[in-house]
Amino acid sequence: MINRRRFLAAAPILATPAFAAAETAPSRLRGTGDLGVIIERASGSVLIVETTGRTILGRIEGLGDLSHASISFSRDERFAYVFGRDGGLTKLDLIEGRIAARTIQAGNAIGGAISDDGTLIAVSNYDPGGVRIFDAGTLALVADVPAHSPAAPKSKTVGIVDVPGRAFVFTLYDAGEIWKLELPAGAEPKLTKLTGIGKLPYDANVTGDGRHYFAGLFGEDGVVHVDLWAEPLKAERVLPGYGKGEAPLPVYKMPHYEGWGATQNRLFLPAIGRDELLVIGLDTLKEIGRIKTHGQPVFAVARPDGRHVWVNYAHPKNDVVEVVDSQSLDVVKTLKPGPAVLHLEFTPRGHEVWVSVRDSDTVIIYDTRTFAEMARLPAQKPSGIFFAARAHMIGK
Amino acid sequence: MAGAALSAEVDRARLKNLLIQDCGSCHGLTMNGGLGRPLTQDALKDFPVETVRDIILDGLPGTPMPPWRPLMSEQEAAAIAHMLKSGDTR
Repeated sequence: MINRRRFLAAAPILATPAFAAAETAPSRLRGTGDLGVIIERASGSVLIVETTGRTILGRIEGLGDLSHASISFSRDERFAYVFGRDGGLTKLDLIEGRIAARTIQAGNAIGGAISDDGTLIAVSNYDPGGVRIFDAGTLALVADVPAHSPAAPKSKTVGIVDVPGRAFVFTLYDAGEIWKLELPAGAEPKLTKLTGIGKLPYDANVTGDGRHYFAGLFGEDGVVHVDLWAEPLKAERVLPGYGKGEAPLPVYKMPHYEGWGATQNRLFLPAIGRDELLVIGLDTLKEIGRIKTHGQPVFAVARPDGRHVWVNYAHPKNDVVEVVDSQSLDVVKTLKPGPAVLHLEFTPRGHEVWVSVRDSDTVIIYDTRTFAEMARLPAQKPSGIFFAARAHMIGK
Repeated sequence: MAGAALSAEVDRARLKNLLIQDCGSCHGLTMNGGLGRPLTQDALKDFPVETVRDIILDGLPGTPMPPWRPLMSEQEAAAIAHMLKSGDTR
């Protein structure tokens, strides 16, 4: 497996003095609040980075197929849980720069989440479908939740999030259902199923307060909303027929709800098959605007203060990032980071943003107010960028 | 159609990157599947190369598989189909 020597040897030029010093002085202390992990999707590796000095601390290899990989963080921000495409679940120690635990938990996976108390890891699977729950300490299997439904025997699951109450919410792609799984400590698990929500829900997410869960539909126009504060839970359709009468464009990259543009009272969602962002009022659940964009949005991510939403696009228009003013709904800036912008992540208070540019093997860091380029880091086919501050956000 | 002959006329390196990275977004970088079905040699053994080419060009209506005809030529689609059928996906 990966030992410390190899961790440093993998990226000797990139190791910073700070990290090297840690090798010779094991007692040296550092916090992890400014650390992050960058997925190198094709090589099955990740970079551990720090966002204060904008440097790479090291590379960890041997994580399998990382296409569409995502990460959740432990409550102490020391460990990162990497959800790999090939069903690999890997627990990384950010301090020691090594793999702390790893298991191949399924044949094909799409994402995961960590419970509010930090004890459970949930993984959303394509093969064999359903969701599996693991002990966050040991990665031992705690519960297996097959997605059996009369509508589809073994649904792929998507859009898994944690919500308060040691609970997870996820969506059944093939069956068209949304399930809430509660796993209270010392009590019986409870599973609530909302059925018949719509055709081919392809992704979903929850607002930062854990209240509003939205799922996007591929098989029909519209978005599904669940108010997780309501009793009983029910799924309702919002934005019905938002593209009615227009032939949708071919979709060369499915949009993502992860990191959607949620501001205080508005939600910015990628429209599927359209060069548009949809703006939903969170108080009325009605469309309050549409923004014509450069291409089909993939990620629409709000800067943490909510003033701006940064948007990247599907192939073949994926060399551009646009910045939208969340109040005027105007595009206020167009950046051209380069070929195949796959993801972006803001520093916790949003002063800078890290952008992965896959086909130039680069991560570019921008100042979010001046839009000046602050730094450029080498990375092998970078995709997802995840900062440790996610540890303290509901639904991350 | 002789796929091998055709593939000499297209930019194989660019198509290979497209196959692994962009097809791989849905089908997995190792072609073992994702939201889209697996596209390994074994998974495609019952599909003639022309069928694979046509699905690439015209998509599968009612599913997320889009038509790639607006973005590539028939020769390029045939070259990708050939890569898939021959397991040349690394």
